[in-house]
Amino acid sequence: MVRIGDAPRVRRLLIGTALALTTLFLLLPLVAIFAQALMSGIDVYWQNLSNAYTLSAIGLTLLVAAITVPVNLIFGVFLAWLVTRFDFPGRRLLQTLIDIPFAVSPVVAGLVYLLLYGRNGWLGGWLDAHDIQIMFAWPGIVLVTLFVTCPFVARELIPLMQAQGSREEEAAVTLGASGWTIFRRVTLPNIRHALLYGVILTNARAVGEFGAVSVVAGAIRGQTNTLPLQVEQLYQDYNTVGAFTSASLLALLALLTLAAKAALEWRATRRETAT
Amino acid sequence: MSIRISQIDKRYGRTRALEPIDLDIHDGELIGLLGPSGSGKTTLLRIVAGLEQADGGSIHFGDRDVTRVHVRDRRIGFVFQHYALFRHMSVFDNVAFGLTAMPRATRPSSGEIRSRVMQLLEMVRLQDFAQRFPAQLSGGQQQRVSLARALALKPDVLLLDEPFGALDAKVRQELRRWLRHLHEELHFTSLFVTHDQEEALELSDRVVVMSNGRVEQIATPDTLYRQPANQFVFEFLGDVNRLEGDVEDEVLTCGDARVAVPGVENGRQELLLRPHETRLEEQPDTRAHLPVSVTAVVPVGAEVRLELEADWLGEPWLATIGHAEFERLDLKRGRRLFAKPSRLHRFDTPRPQTLAPLATS
Repeated sequence: MVRIGDAPRVRRLLIGTALALTTLFLLLPLVAIFAQALMSGIDVYWQNLSNAYTLSAIGLTLLVAAITVPVNLIFGVFLAWLVTRFDFPGRRLLQTLIDIPFAVSPVVAGLVYLLLYGRNGWLGGWLDAHDIQIMFAWPGIVLVTLFVTCPFVARELIPLMQAQGSREEEAAVTLGASGWTIFRRVTLPNIRHALLYGVILTNARAVGEFGAVSVVAGAIRGQTNTLPLQVEQLYQDYNTVGAFTSASLLALLALLTLAAKAALEWRATRRETAT
Repeated sequence: MSIRISQIDKRYGRTRALEPIDLDIHDGELIGLLGPSGSGKTTLLRIVAGLEQADGGSIHFGDRDVTRVHVRDRRIGFVFQHYALFRHMSVFDNVAFGLTAMPRATRPSSGEIRSRVMQLLEMVRLQDFAQRFPAQLSGGQQQRVSLARALALKPDVLLLDEPFGALDAKVRQELRRWLRHLHEELHFTSLFVTHDQEEALELSDRVVVMSNGRVEQIATPDTLYRQPANQFVFEFLGDVNRLEGDVEDEVLTCGDARVAVPGVENGRQELLLRPHETRLEEQPDTRAHLPVSVTAVVPVGAEVRLELEADWLGEPWLATIGHAEFERLDLKRGRRLFAKPSRLHRFDTPRPQTLAPLATS
């Protein structure tokens, strides 16, 4: 077989370029984050980390992710199921609506929520009267993060489920399987890779979202600062080491997610080849 | 188990997919639903399965009214055109699915399931493939797995949607024969959809010919071929030659061609004939003077297929003749001969008519 670019010299050049670019654009910044964070030694790093404000930012970020990911996982699966398995008026409109969070700038999303739930907003008066605070508190941050991340799972699943069609599910129902059994034993195994990928994207965005959160959080140190906001604030305070310490946590979270994904995929392929 | 379909109809928005349809299927019968695409045959099959809801009418399996019964409780086996095997499960797990999906209270033990599945795989001659995945099998093997899976729960009726449509000709032939044997052995009541007339005629006890959501004829393959109820059935079941012309005094004329048509009234008439219902001669006679020239000669197996053209013909005729005739007439392209129809069919009369123009009265 003749492949274009199979000559040894061309091949070396291509591989070399790819490696150089990966190092320059992906690996180097990652290393830089940790290098900057540990610049003044491990003790300072540890001090910055155990700072009360940073700890609160970590807690809030994890809380937001812990609520957002499961909610959007379930929402995404339902939506993809609805759009690909049923035909109803407004189906196409719904499919377009899913993309709104992608199309709209996160800052605008934050502003819209402020307009709705803020003290002077449409629902704000009622909420205030009942002593429910959403804006400038964690519920507001969760709400905008849910908004910003809601398309990821559905967007991963819809094309796949459309391509797979519903024949296998129909076959399962003719064999007497209940709805839950069909989902668990037929649908879920077929979509699990896409689902996993959707969850990882959702998680990454939920942890890292800046724009929308910064509008509704109000940047109250130790109360409504998530990690990305904390990074920005520390940087503004000329605390470079502190900023990079928080940034290194975000990078670490990203690496952990990727490792989890790789592990799950590895396990899945091993199980398949074993049988 | 017998199936009684009465007054089943279906609309999709404004288009009518099925006119009210009645159909009685006896216990143990193998019925073919035959028709072109869009004739409603698959819709009818899916309604019988319960995968689709009819707008009106009722369906009985034996004495059981299943019209409002959910698919999962209808006790049917369904075989899909593209197999619809569970791609992430082994062949064994595919066949076992229906048994393992049963509620715990009624589910057989895993030992029983194992022996039942292996018995089914043996029946479809795939016992050595139990641990393979669907993607590792050929199309014919996948369809056999799908059949074993459908039969695992001992369904009351077996429904097949174009079961061999996606396979190549030789495998299709083989599977057809095999299904016929299986049916004779197990005697399940079965309804299958096909657009292939040969398949319908070869497999079915009776064939239901459909077009435009209507039943055109229900008959045994033999009757269907010999006594088609109308022009649609006649044309759908094989190649057709057309002869159109003006009849006067029981002679049809069309350009310089003429043929005796005993018993046909005067006026413009259309007559039809099958490719094997015409002979070829070097000389015309008093009853038939139909000059044609041979434009294509294709020897296929036991017969030779010819294409015939003439000024008086709108579209060319097809004719099939034996090899002896072929040699006697010294046939080649461009040869000029005379066609002599042994039979002509009419469908514009209240009842279909067959004429024999060459018979000596």
